[in-house]
Amino acid sequence: MVWVSAIVQGILVGGLFALFACGLSLMFGVMNVINLAHGDLAVIAAYLALGAVTVTHVPAIWSFVIVVPIFAGGGYLLQRTLLQAALNRSVLTTLLVTFGLSVVIENGLQQFFSANSRALNIGNLITESFSIGSQITIAYLDLGILVVAVVVLLGLQFFLSSSRHGRLIRAVADDREAAQIAGVSYRHVFGIAAAIAFGTVALAGIAFGMYQQFDPTIGTDQLLLFAFEAVVVGGLGSLWGTLAGGVLLGVAQQLGAVYNAADQMLAGQLFFLLVLLIRPSGIFGRKETA
Amino acid sequence: MSAVEPAEHQAANVSQVAEAARSGMPVEVTRSRGSTIWTAIAVIVIVAVLFDLPRIVYSGTTNLLVDFFFLLIISSMWNLLAGYAGLVSVGQQAFIGLGAYFVLIAANHGTSPFMAIPIATAACAVAGLVVWWLVSRLRSGYFAITMWAVASVCELIIIQISSLGGGTGTALPGLTSNPTYLDAYTYWATVVVAVVGLAGIYFLLRSPLGLVLTAIRDNETGARSTGSRVARTRLVVFVVSAAGCGAAGALYIISQQFVVPPAAFSVSFSAEMIFITIIGGIGTIEGPIIGTIIFFTLQQTLSHYGVWYWIILGIIAMAVAIWAPRGIWGLVSENFGVRLFPVGYYLWPAGESPRRFIGGKR
Repeated sequence: MVWVSAIVQGILVGGLFALFACGLSLMFGVMNVINLAHGDLAVIAAYLALGAVTVTHVPAIWSFVIVVPIFAGGGYLLQRTLLQAALNRSVLTTLLVTFGLSVVIENGLQQFFSANSRALNIGNLITESFSIGSQITIAYLDLGILVVAVVVLLGLQFFLSSSRHGRLIRAVADDREAAQIAGVSYRHVFGIAAAIAFGTVALAGIAFGMYQQFDPTIGTDQLLLFAFEAVVVGGLGSLWGTLAGGVLLGVAQQLGAVYNAADQMLAGQLFFLLVLLIRPSGIFGRKETA
Repeated sequence: MSAVEPAEHQAANVSQVAEAARSGMPVEVTRSRGSTIWTAIAVIVIVAVLFDLPRIVYSGTTNLLVDFFFLLIISSMWNLLAGYAGLVSVGQQAFIGLGAYFVLIAANHGTSPFMAIPIATAACAVAGLVVWWLVSRLRSGYFAITMWAVASVCELIIIQISSLGGGTGTALPGLTSNPTYLDAYTYWATVVVAVVGLAGIYFLLRSPLGLVLTAIRDNETGARSTGSRVARTRLVVFVVSAAGCGAAGALYIISQQFVVPPAAFSVSFSAEMIFITIIGGIGTIEGPIIGTIIFFTLQQTLSHYGVWYWIILGIIAMAVAIWAPRGIWGLVSENFGVRLFPVGYYLWPAGESPRRFIGGKR
């Protein structure tokens, strides 16, 4: 029964990982940029939500209404300026620049918010839960985050497959030159993709801030790796793969925690390396995306 | 000396030399220039002075130099990996930490920590081989973050081994209790590792392997199409870089006399190597040297501003990566035609004065 409970908790936290991962996956799929500052962006979002709650007194749950648009706009601007400038050099330059950005963000957060842990206060919701049988307890918050993750991924899938901008994004991702010949401004499309990626990472950061305490270093210490591992485990090019990757990573971590509480992180990392070794294109990925 | 493949990026006046080569005119090639003789003399003098330094100055100075050479070693190793083999890693701290812990293991078994430096270096080379087997298929961002995950795995495993101090760390046994001797020995060991490491990189780049590396750096597809063994060359570079970082990690634990996993496997080592190499000039031997001098000077002057120092460095590094991708040394060597370490080739049409083609602005 302990195992079943661990699997259930893993699935629940997996939604959060998938929410972190989809922005990373989108930016890699469309622009071939792996954003090494992805985890730190989520932490900024959590701090921004904290600030929004303090200033406007909205409930923490609703802070995303303020933070997500700011992030989407910021993402578009950053893509059109710094990231595009790096892309014009080379893909390796984008790695160096986003790594630099990560260091700047992490230390900037330490400067302005100190190294202390913070949390988004969501009142009683943090402890409210319901039980299935005697062993399995499901917190409303965890379930809510999983639902949000599924809704976001569904929405993103729908957007990419059905909307005009979604089609543009897929066209540019598939063949940039051909899209350009057809009159698409790929820089603008890159900006839109970045805006979506930043919006989802903001949601993920806020959800994480409610889920547990955060501090300036957690973005690089944990979140970036979780997001990347979920992407790789699930396989690129499929949002459902990303969701499955996040869930599998969450389950691996929770099963490791059953074995030994200190093994939670390690179990996730080893699971990731194992997938990388056996099936580098990811469990649900297409073969050529490795 | 007759015409060979024009190593185009190296020649100061590319179009004229290339035209001469195409039209069948003989082209002259040399590696050494006047500046390299001065480099050789300077290197000998500097190394001699460095070795004598503990007899001349107080240990405060040599301790600073230990930090300096540590940064020089790790950034040179990162530069070899990223600048030449095109493998950007943000997980080389894996080998720094492993090197430190290999020294600890050897010292726990009664080996002198200084004697353990070559052991740790060799062990990290083996570890590099194992890791390479895992990551060799990965490129670009995949490689970068997977190396980060590897470093994290190493840290998480070490934390669980209580005989190595677990998560709270432990002191390194077996060091002499006389602080003067300890400082001097640590300093000498650091200078030896730095000299051996840089000389190793220099001779690696001058070897036939270096030619392949330079080709990968300039154009990987081109290198593959001419039959260069890109994969095997990357393996060698990765293992050398792992060994070099392992040696640096061995020096790290000896100079700290204490080790704790989060510090030994800290990603800030990666930040240091990357910022130093980018600012100094990626893809040249001189770059990390210049970069370390700049970084170290900034560190000494800005350190009491706390995190601002990292913010400023990060912004400088981003700006350099975008607007001056060859770094400060790239600007210097482009404008003055200087190269201190003769690892490339100079080409010019036979019968012409080399001065017209070497040195000065392109």
